Amino acid sequence: MSESVLYSVFLLVSLGSIAAIVLYVVSKKFYVYEDPLIAEVEDLLPAANCAGCGSPGCKSFAEKLVATEDISNLFCPVGGNDVMKLVAEVLGKEVAEKDPTLAVVRCQGGCDVRPKTTEYQGPRSCAISAMIYSGETDCQYGCLGDGDCVTVCKFDAMYMDEATGLPVVISDKCTSCGACVEACPRDIIEMRPKNKRDLKVFVGCLNEDKAGIAKKACDVACIGCSKCQDICPKDAVTMINNLAYIDPAICTLCRKCVEVCPTHSIIETNFPPKKVKKETPKVEAKVESENIKTDA
Amino acid sequence: MLKTFPKGGIHPPENKLTSAKSIKKMPVPKMVYVPISQHIGIPSEIIVNVKDKVEIGQVIAKSGGFVSSNVHSPVAGVVTKLDKIIDTSGYKKQCIVIRTDAKNESNFEEIDYPLKKDITMEPKDILQRINDYGIVGLGGATFPSHVKLSVKEGTVLDHLIINGVECEPYLTADHRLMLEKAEEILVGIKILMHALHIDKAIIGIENNKKDAIDIFKKLTVNDSGIKVAALQVKYPQGGEKQLVRAILNREVPKNGLPLDVGVIVHNVGTIFAIYQAIQHNKPLIERVVTVTGKKLENASNYWVKIGTPISDLVNEVGGLPEGTRKIVNGGPMMGKAIKNLDVPVTKGTSGILVISEDEASRGEPKNCIRCGECVEVCPMGLEPHLLMNLSEKGMYEKAGSEDIMTCIECGSCSYVCPSHRPLLDYIRFGKTIVKKLNTVKN
Repeated sequence: MSESVLYSVFLLVSLGSIAAIVLYVVSKKFYVYEDPLIAEVEDLLPAANCAGCGSPGCKSFAEKLVATEDISNLFCPVGGNDVMKLVAEVLGKEVAEKDPTLAVVRCQGGCDVRPKTTEYQGPRSCAISAMIYSGETDCQYGCLGDGDCVTVCKFDAMYMDEATGLPVVISDKCTSCGACVEACPRDIIEMRPKNKRDLKVFVGCLNEDKAGIAKKACDVACIGCSKCQDICPKDAVTMINNLAYIDPAICTLCRKCVEVCPTHSIIETNFPPKKVKKETPKVEAKVESENIKTDA
Repeated sequence: MLKTFPKGGIHPPENKLTSAKSIKKMPVPKMVYVPISQHIGIPSEIIVNVKDKVEIGQVIAKSGGFVSSNVHSPVAGVVTKLDKIIDTSGYKKQCIVIRTDAKNESNFEEIDYPLKKDITMEPKDILQRINDYGIVGLGGATFPSHVKLSVKEGTVLDHLIINGVECEPYLTADHRLMLEKAEEILVGIKILMHALHIDKAIIGIENNKKDAIDIFKKLTVNDSGIKVAALQVKYPQGGEKQLVRAILNREVPKNGLPLDVGVIVHNVGTIFAIYQAIQHNKPLIERVVTVTGKKLENASNYWVKIGTPISDLVNEVGGLPEGTRKIVNGGPMMGKAIKNLDVPVTKGTSGILVISEDEASRGEPKNCIRCGECVEVCPMGLEPHLLMNLSEKGMYEKAGSEDIMTCIECGSCSYVCPSHRPLLDYIRFGKTIVKKLNTVKN
């Protein structure tokens, strides 16, 4: 009885030792050196694996960061400047600070302003319907409304507005990874700089048709009247193919163009409501403010 | 037992409503909208300006490269606009808009030229003229004919096959043309045989067009070179590869051309266009179009000038019937719905099909039940359900290695699928991506 117990103990111990020796030899023989920095950098990255940086995942981006001498061109849009700063500290390299960006949808052609002229029956995918024809409306530049951008967003930062049939970006969640920009067959989504208060002024239309045709297809289409170009004090507006484009690098967010646009195709976001000029005497205003103070 | 291709195929209801209606001449339209890209390949380059006077048959857009084609003015008149207009592709494309000169008599000449049998041109000149006169494949694919006919020296070529199959339901344009212009088509065949130095030609016709088979058999009794092959009725027999397999029992290699097995295939419509170009100096400016639909009262076949808006054709047959839901350019299997009635007729428009409410809608897609029907009917021996899944999931490389590019887009799989799955939609999409990936790789 005790003998058989001893046998099995001996057998298992010897098997274990042999396996250990083999494993040790193999691990020494086939050892691959990996820079410990890679693991360290990878830990700093957001682990979203969104491919927004251009690499397929965070690990490969970490490898790239460690291997590249000058990393000022590399940027993790999800982590932003904070993460890049930490990475730079670990690696002892320089990074360039970038303005954070945000995806914007450059189409306002909702169901109410852009009438449907045909009906599409087929797989609900923008890529497929764009391959077949110019879409259910008469505008061949606008949103197709099948939500490929929403499908590819890994951060739940987009949803389809049921009332308008257009995608909406949730500013707080958007990491500007750029997946939606690539998914959109119409190039509607653009990355624009995110200011401190997320203030933006941009042309919410891509229609290159002539005024009459564009307006007929969609009420809020850019008709290429170039009023915005004329009024812009900084020459931030360019007109190409009957379509205005506001260069975010030059635009000072003065919003003069928003006021003159006859079709309201220029969008302003998150600006406080405009102060309506009241002709009330100053005395009363003072009284009001005093009242508020006393209330408080 | 009649000949046919062995793998796959379907037999949808034929619905050849207009096979007894002779080809009428469509009145000359007031305006024509001529797209500059009516063929596969590089778009042509416009060589006229606004306000230019153009004569009938004058070149208005020049071929933009080797795989391209000249475009001729279908009417005599004045160029009023160079505008972008939605064409059969569903997108706005560059068009030349010409207002017809109502006083110019050449616009109203009859097409019925007397038969001219003697072939006097040299083979080289014949090929050049086919190139110059803008002839493209009129079966629907609109591949420039001169490219097909430019055979490299040393290629073994022994058969010319004439495609008179017209396997698409509803369409009767080729059928009527064969009945009415049989002798001209035979001369056209001889022209090509002369140009290519081939001594054997076979006309393939499906057995539902017995009258056409009889006519050609009667006319070729004493002709040892030209034969007629009666084929079993099966879709998609009109596909080049299927037709070669059916008639000659030769398998065209995958990613290959009929040329690889010593065959050139041309549609009867193309042959007739070549006949007119060589014998009567007439470029390709009009074609036969079947205007059909179950609810249409005056469905018929017409000689239509290229560039005629489809609305003119619809008016000619008595307007759109009530409850019309879809208008298809081409046949019901491979045709494509058009976006509006302003779309012009192009070189590839073989039919206009008006579909009513009850036939137009597609079923709600359900899960694949692995019945294997799509595999059974695929004439190329592919697995459509697999290709669809691969392209739906974005596994394009795998789809490429499963030979997605050999799909001829006949739509048999979508037709038979009991779960109404949009097989062809996804496969077609997968093909465009795989094509892009392949070009990037090369």
